[in-house]
Amino acid sequence: MSADAVWALEVVPHDQDVDPHARALRQILCDLGTHPAGVAHGRLYLVAGPQSPRLHAAVRDLCVDPVIAKPGSVAPPSADDWLIEILPHPGVTDAEGDSLGQALARDGFPGLRARAGHRYHLHGILPPSVVASAARRLAHAVVESVAWRPVSCPVDLDWWRQAFMPDASPDPTVETIPLRGLDATALQDLGARKLLSLPLQDLEAVRDHFAAQDRDPTDVELETIAQTWSEHCAHRTFKATIRHREPGAGELEIEGLLKTTIMAATAEVNRPWVLSAFRDNAGVIAFDRDHEISFKVETHNHPSALEPFGGANTGVGGVVRDVLGVSAEPIANTDVLCFGPLDTPAETLPPGTLPPERVYTGVVAGIADYGNKMGIPTVNGATLFDEGYVANPLVFCGTVGLAPRGRHPTQPQTGDLIVVAGGRAGRDGIHGATFSSDVLGVSHAELGSVVQIGDPIVEKRLADALPRGRDLGLYNAITDCGAGGLSSAVGEMASDLGADVELTLVPLKYDGLRPWEIWLSESQERMVLAVPLESWPALQEIFAGEGVEATAIGRFTGDGRLRVRYEGAVVADLDCEFLHDGMPPRQLESVWASRRVESSPGLPAGIDLGELLERAIRDANVASKEPIVRQYDHEVQGRTVGKPFVGPADIGPADAAVLRPVARSWRGIAVGCGVNPWYGEIDPYAMALLAVDEALRNVVAVGADPARTAVLDNFCWGNPNLPDRLGGLVRAAQGCHDAAVALRLPFISGKDSLFNEYRLADGSSRPIPGTLLISAIGVVPDTRRISSMFLKRPGNAVYLVGLTGHDLGGSLVQRLLGIQESRAPVMRLASARRVFGAIHRAQRKGLIQACHDLSEGGLAVAAAEMAIAGGHGLEIDVGAVPVAEPELADSTRLFAESPTRFLVEVTPADAPALERLLGRTPHARIGRVLDSPHLQVRSEGEVVIDANIETLRSRWQSPLTEVAR
Amino acid sequence: MSAIASRPRTTLARVRSRPRALVLRAPGTNCNRETVIALGMAGAEVESVHLERLLAAACDLDDFGLVVLPGGFSFGDHLGAGALWAHRLEAVGEALDRFVESRRPVLGICNGFQALLRLGLLTGGGLAPNASGHFECRWIWMRRPDNVRSPLLDSIDRIAMPIGHGEGRFVAKDAASLAGLQVRGEVGLVYCDALGNPGGYPVNPNGSNGAVAALTNAGGNVLGLMPHPERNVSAGQAPAGREDGAGLTIFTNAVRMARG
Repeated sequence: MSADAVWALEVVPHDQDVDPHARALRQILCDLGTHPAGVAHGRLYLVAGPQSPRLHAAVRDLCVDPVIAKPGSVAPPSADDWLIEILPHPGVTDAEGDSLGQALARDGFPGLRARAGHRYHLHGILPPSVVASAARRLAHAVVESVAWRPVSCPVDLDWWRQAFMPDASPDPTVETIPLRGLDATALQDLGARKLLSLPLQDLEAVRDHFAAQDRDPTDVELETIAQTWSEHCAHRTFKATIRHREPGAGELEIEGLLKTTIMAATAEVNRPWVLSAFRDNAGVIAFDRDHEISFKVETHNHPSALEPFGGANTGVGGVVRDVLGVSAEPIANTDVLCFGPLDTPAETLPPGTLPPERVYTGVVAGIADYGNKMGIPTVNGATLFDEGYVANPLVFCGTVGLAPRGRHPTQPQTGDLIVVAGGRAGRDGIHGATFSSDVLGVSHAELGSVVQIGDPIVEKRLADALPRGRDLGLYNAITDCGAGGLSSAVGEMASDLGADVELTLVPLKYDGLRPWEIWLSESQERMVLAVPLESWPALQEIFAGEGVEATAIGRFTGDGRLRVRYEGAVVADLDCEFLHDGMPPRQLESVWASRRVESSPGLPAGIDLGELLERAIRDANVASKEPIVRQYDHEVQGRTVGKPFVGPADIGPADAAVLRPVARSWRGIAVGCGVNPWYGEIDPYAMALLAVDEALRNVVAVGADPARTAVLDNFCWGNPNLPDRLGGLVRAAQGCHDAAVALRLPFISGKDSLFNEYRLADGSSRPIPGTLLISAIGVVPDTRRISSMFLKRPGNAVYLVGLTGHDLGGSLVQRLLGIQESRAPVMRLASARRVFGAIHRAQRKGLIQACHDLSEGGLAVAAAEMAIAGGHGLEIDVGAVPVAEPELADSTRLFAESPTRFLVEVTPADAPALERLLGRTPHARIGRVLDSPHLQVRSEGEVVIDANIETLRSRWQSPLTEVAR
Repeated sequence: MSAIASRPRTTLARVRSRPRALVLRAPGTNCNRETVIALGMAGAEVESVHLERLLAAACDLDDFGLVVLPGGFSFGDHLGAGALWAHRLEAVGEALDRFVESRRPVLGICNGFQALLRLGLLTGGGLAPNASGHFECRWIWMRRPDNVRSPLLDSIDRIAMPIGHGEGRFVAKDAASLAGLQVRGEVGLVYCDALGNPGGYPVNPNGSNGAVAALTNAGGNVLGLMPHPERNVSAGQAPAGREDGAGLTIFTNAVRMARG
């Protein structure tokens, strides 16, 4: 424990009514059934080190803007008042505290340490138990400590001191782990104790490898292998040999699921503008002659389940680094979020699970914090709610990058320096890679060290520096330091050449880390580069100019060994070939049993269609996501020409975002996505087809060229070692292949997050709904010709393009009505490409006034959204809907979720040209834009829905707005 | 209008007629790229300079006719938005004061506005966290009060730009300060609806006192504003119903003023 004196300054905003922290506390107390006379919140700054009045004046000067806040306590303390204090755990990243320490050092107060926390005042008589409950709700236990006391009780200085990392000396301890002679049980025991998350087969291979050398591995070696072989880093499931069975359809041996489905599709589609697929940190496509566009989507599910803000925050940081890792500048972020229903009753939550509302709030704030601070516009995404995500929320984070073409070097050379740049290493995030390769269990919630907190400004400094290093050709390779830390980043980079690293050169946040901890630390905001000796001074100067700490920690050797040292002594000496190719191939079993019933019950006859529409649009999955999306900056960088919200009132949900990456060109890119786990509950194969179709629909709807669109896959699945889970995964991957080939869409990148299961107290395990996210990125030939989804002008004609079938399985309305269905919507693979091509040709000819894809809730919801967004009414004749199957009920025509359909608004003058252009592509004029604010649906002359669009708007906007309050 | 930013031409005469603009960035500044583009379009010769270079005297304010503090999250907004940026700039406070006294224009956008207030180059209040309690991004309308005389706001009546901030609620020191700012014509722009009328949220998107969106100094050559004019300088940037490129006016005004 540090013996330093600690001094605290509290900074209390004048306006407590609007202080979000004070508001949160009031809400918590209200939930607990009490209403104290007053609540106030202040920031609490702790400074440890030699104290003096001069120092205290300097801290006050730095931390207090007297117009906004004042130093010191709020109200004259009354003996009944309580204080709650929240401080970051020691070692947890506290960027604000660090900033204060650095500012003080510059002002002539060196050697001080600072931490930033919160202090709450509760005024009025409250029982201690209520204060304790409120305190526990306020703190994020994984990263923060909390204490409470009556105002009259003096602070325990040890409580403040514990927020600082205790002084420690360097710890050179390296253990040798005796593996030789261990039997199966003993090996498994050891694996569990050390959190290695390796199956027995792997542990045996490691034991035998070292036994052949007559030695046992060090902890550094064993941990390196565990990281490198983890599901997270090595994607063992997608590379495994799978014996797949479908009762009635026979058996199939799959030699690597990724290779034979998704990568095979990319090869078959063979698009010359795909510059890099599945090779690097991100997929890359050509944009124009001079520029390339990269795109990567990652997940950060497990960390977000434990600490929503930090998990989502570092999820964004991680995927941004993937794009920095292909030498690109990040120009847009995407996010797709899956949560449990926000009204899930607390008593139904599995033990150790945070309430969905808390996860939702934290995740959204975490994404906003990182993207906004880095100045990357968050332009596209989706938010889904389902009971299946209560214990395992999903957080998909994507980043789009822009780079000059062909300037990304990927070959380290023998003799190059290994340079680590950015943040410092601490204990945060150790075992992240192996942790995310295992099922989330109750005990894991205790593992604070797996969660990281981000510091976006450190990454912003890196992002400012790296393009200059790239343009001057100062490095030969670059990669991000993510899961597995240096062990993965250096290990991968050195997989051919080998490397020699000195761990004492790695900059640390604090002493006391053992060599294996330094090697595995997943501290954020770090990149690893291969730098020729002669380029190092120039690169150092660039880094120094941006305030980036960069350190050479070793060399690439060319001898094919990964050698790690601590104070010169070798602590790991691994054969790169064994490390990267020595993992025993995995053999897995999968089985898929389809549901038998083929006929569909449809919707109940006589159902009130208007009421059903209202229910549909106020379902959280359809309702406006504005309260989320407005917290993200979607305008920074000035490239967003297709906004997330469109229409005169800026409320229409755009199908996809459009960016104009290069200021001197009209060319653009559209970014969109497709995701629908409910189809997968029926058939993951159909889900995959439909997700690919939806992603393409979204980008084509705004103006992307379907022949210049690429896609990314992200699978979030349960435990693939269980044949039923894996069976669904196989089906989904096969669907990805078939859809990509039929639509001529190359997959350029992907990532899987498996083991999304939650172990219940009784030992049983619950998987998430198998969830496939398809992200699409397409070139828009001319951003002056992009389409938006809001209705433009009364009198215009509205066409439905594409066929409607009996596609209610997994649909929104069937979920609302509690109807089970056994057939997922049918994708017409042979004809779909024609529909996309026709829509795009019509756009290029300027025939389209508005265009919206039909997805959840079908025609009815799409029509309502167009009307709400444009503030114009719409009249539709359901009888005119082009159908794929005879005798389709009105309710089916309105709410079926058949893929490959668009609603298109066209001027009466352009209608004949549009019809000519569409030719044999299924289409029909089904309605027109009205002067009056009504959505009117007719069937054989009779009005079946007559809804006021203002009413629809308020129903559609209210669900998430209410949560925000 | 053309969205194509004219590239700086290099013939000597041309350079002389283009005043030099300094875009001063700090760690965490993130709107410098588009601010540089906007100033280039407005006719300036632009240099983007890191704060540390200015503090190390590797760059001299006197070489510039115009200074812009762009938007972003300098130093992560730690200890208050703009606080640490302003704190660091105090080291060149005298040079900044001289710059302002020489009637050369200084623009502070978003985080730059926050820093100008913390530096004292603009006065009368501070910028506090939004009334909504969180960051918010949306397109807003502003109007120029009739008594504003700053040439930086010439030929602006009503104008649309996006905001993107978490701490943009203008809080006047007291009622008298606000009245003083208003009477002296130093409230440069106020939030309004599309027709120019005042309103509550989201018309006034952050709950600012007096719907203040922009302030000027008494001399009219220092302008701070929360919304982002550099995000509306070319075709396609403004959504339906707003004039594309309207924000460029502020930059052309600044460049004209810098020419003297």
